[in-house]
Amino acid sequence: MAAQTLYEKLWSSHVVHEEADGTALIYIDRHLVHEVTSPQAFEGLKLAGRKPWRISSIVATADHNTPTDHWEQGILDPVSRQQVETLDANIREVGSLAYFPFKDERQGIVHVIGPENGATLPGMTVVCGDSHTSTHGAFACLAHGIGTSEVEHVMATQCLLQKKSRTMLIRVDGQLGQGVTAKDVVLAIIGKIGTAGGTGYAMEFGGSAIRSLSMEGRMTICNMAIEAGARAGMVGVDETTIEYLEGRPFSPKGEAWEQAVAYWRTLKSDEGAQFDKVVELKAEDILPQVTWGTSPEMVTTVDGRVPDPAAVADPVRREGIERALKYMGLEPNTPITEIAVDQVFIGSCTNSRIEDLREAAAVAKGRRKADSVKRVLVVPGSGLVKRQAEDEGLHEIFVAAGFEWREPGCSMCLAMNADRLEPGERCASTSNRNFEGRQGAGGRTHLVSPAMAAAAAVTGHFTDVRQLG
Amino acid sequence: MNPFTKLDGLVAPLDRANVDTDAIIPKQFLKSIKRSGFGPNAFDEWRYLDVGQPGQDNSKRPLNPDFVLNQPRYQGAQILLTRDNFGCGSSREHAPWALEDYGFRVLIGPSFADIFFNNSFKNGLLPIKLDAAEVDELFRQCEANEGYRLVVDLAAQTITRPDGRTIGFDIDPFRKECLLNGWDDIGLTLRHADKIKAYEERRRAEHPYYFA
Repeated sequence: MAAQTLYEKLWSSHVVHEEADGTALIYIDRHLVHEVTSPQAFEGLKLAGRKPWRISSIVATADHNTPTDHWEQGILDPVSRQQVETLDANIREVGSLAYFPFKDERQGIVHVIGPENGATLPGMTVVCGDSHTSTHGAFACLAHGIGTSEVEHVMATQCLLQKKSRTMLIRVDGQLGQGVTAKDVVLAIIGKIGTAGGTGYAMEFGGSAIRSLSMEGRMTICNMAIEAGARAGMVGVDETTIEYLEGRPFSPKGEAWEQAVAYWRTLKSDEGAQFDKVVELKAEDILPQVTWGTSPEMVTTVDGRVPDPAAVADPVRREGIERALKYMGLEPNTPITEIAVDQVFIGSCTNSRIEDLREAAAVAKGRRKADSVKRVLVVPGSGLVKRQAEDEGLHEIFVAAGFEWREPGCSMCLAMNADRLEPGERCASTSNRNFEGRQGAGGRTHLVSPAMAAAAAVTGHFTDVRQLG
Repeated sequence: MNPFTKLDGLVAPLDRANVDTDAIIPKQFLKSIKRSGFGPNAFDEWRYLDVGQPGQDNSKRPLNPDFVLNQPRYQGAQILLTRDNFGCGSSREHAPWALEDYGFRVLIGPSFADIFFNNSFKNGLLPIKLDAAEVDELFRQCEANEGYRLVVDLAAQTITRPDGRTIGFDIDPFRKECLLNGWDDIGLTLRHADKIKAYEERRRAEHPYYFA
C-alpha cells in the first residue's frame, strides 16, 4: 500500500459513506460540548423529535461563562447563568459519558479536560462547537471545531458531512533555545504562513523540535493551527503520547490498553508519505515572539520593532497594518520591549496546563509584579491543573509575586465572564487571539508565551525572558 | 433552512481583510440560547459608537457614521463584498446567523475561513469565492455606482453585473443541491442510518476502547 499521511489514515478509518462529489459522512468518536454553542443544537434536536445517537460519545463542561473568583456567589450575570443552567438541564435530560459542571473538581476548559481525563484518545475523531478543538490533534486525533448546526448533526447522526482536506506538513527541526517555548514555535509558524496559510489543509506538525515537546507543548501548537487557518492540526503518536495517556480515568486498562497501544503506534505518517505542501522552520531561528497587531500573523520577535506601514507596497496589507496600529495605539518602529502593559493574562486553552504554569512560575519566583501593571490573572485550565499546581506550590509563588490565583475557566481569553480589559488597556496574554475587542471592547491584546507574559508582569513591559536570568 | 435559488440584490463593500467572527458578532451576544435576533448586533463594535450589551434597544444606540454599512446608500444590502480570509477565528455559528438576520444572503470574496464557510451553507447563506482580481473590480464598481446590484443565480452558478458581464463560480454539487432545495442535512444523513449502524458495530468490534 502506498505510504499514507496520518491525516489520510484518520480520514479513511472514519468514512461511513461517500457521495459522488467526494462529500463523505465521517463517523465521530468523541463529542465535546460546552454551554455557548450547544443550546440551539439541543433545542433543534428536541423540536425535530430526534434522540441523540450515542450519548457515551459526549463529554461536557461549562467553561466560557463561568466566573474565576467568588465561586460561593455562583454566576452573578443572569444571562451567563441561564446559559450554564441550560447546559445542566440539557445534559440531565439527554445524558453523557461525563459532565463536569460549574464548581465540579474536574471542571475546566473543554480542551484541557478532554486530554487530562483520557477522553481524547489517539485515532479518534473529536469535534466540539469550538474552533480550538484542533488542540486534541496533539494526540493523533482528527479534531476540529464545528458550528452549532453541526453540533446538532453529530448529536442526531454521530456523523459529519465533510470533504477531504489537503495535507500540509510543518516540519520544525533542531533544538529550541532556552526560553523558547511551544507558543513561540506556533506564533513563528503563523507569522511565516499567515492566518489563511492553512485554509483548506489538515496540518501535521513534525520534526525533531516537535518530537522533543511534551504533550502540553504539542497541544499548544495544535491549538493554534486554527489561527493559521487549518481547522485540524495533528502530531503523530510516539512514546510521549502513550506515557501521557497511561492511567488517565477514561484511558483503556489492562488488555484493552495493550490492544489500543498496538494500534496507536501505527498512527503517524508513513516514511515517504506525500503532503500537498511542506513548510520547514529551523528551531534555532525561533526567538520569543510577541504580536503587535490585531491578527495572530501580526507577530515579531521580542528584539523586533512595530512595523512601518509606509514600507509596505500592497495597499490592502498596508491599510490593514495602519488600522491595526491605530487600534493598538502603537507608533511604527517602536521597539517591542518599550511597549508597556496594563494587565497580564496567563491562561486559556492554549496555555493553562501545568507546564505553562510552571514556566510562568519559574519567571515569577522571587520577583514582584511591576507597580505599573494593574492586574495579573493566572487562570488554571481545570480543577485538576489547579490542584496539581497547588500541590507543587506554584500558587504561592504567584501570590507572593502579586499575581491573582483564580478558579479554572476560559476567562479573559474571550472575556465572556467578568474578566476583561477596559477600553484602551493593553494586555500581555497567553491566549490565542488578538482580534479587536477579543478581551473586552477596546482592549489591546499581545499574544506571548507564559514565560514572556510573566516577564512582562514583573517588568511592566515586554522583556526578553532570556535576559531575565 | 430557507432555499436559495436566485437573488437580485443591493451590494455593500466591506473593504478589509481577515474580518474575524469576533468582529461579526462580539462575544457578549453569544450568551443567548436562541438562534435568531443577532442581526442588530452584527459588526456591533464597528457599527455603534457605544459598547453593546445583550438585551439593549439597539435602535436607540449611536451609530458610527464612518462604518460603511451605516451609509444610507447601502441600507437593505443583501450581498456583501469581502476581502481575504473572511470569517476567520471562532467557530461560532452566531456569525452567519447575524449576517443572515441582518439581511445578507450572499457573500463574495477571494477566500473564506473553513469553519465559517461551512457554517454559512447550513443557514441559507451563500459564500462565493472569486479570483482576487474579479473581487477588486466588483469593489471598484460598487463604490463608484450608488445602487449597485448583482444578480446571483445559484442553479446557473453565475453572478451578473449591471454592465452585463457574467462571472461563473464554483460550488460543491452536494452543497448546491442542499441549498437549492433548502434541505436539512440531518434528514439527508439519516437516510444512511443503516450504514452508520454497520460502521459503528464494526468499529466497536475492532476498537472497543473507543466505546467505553
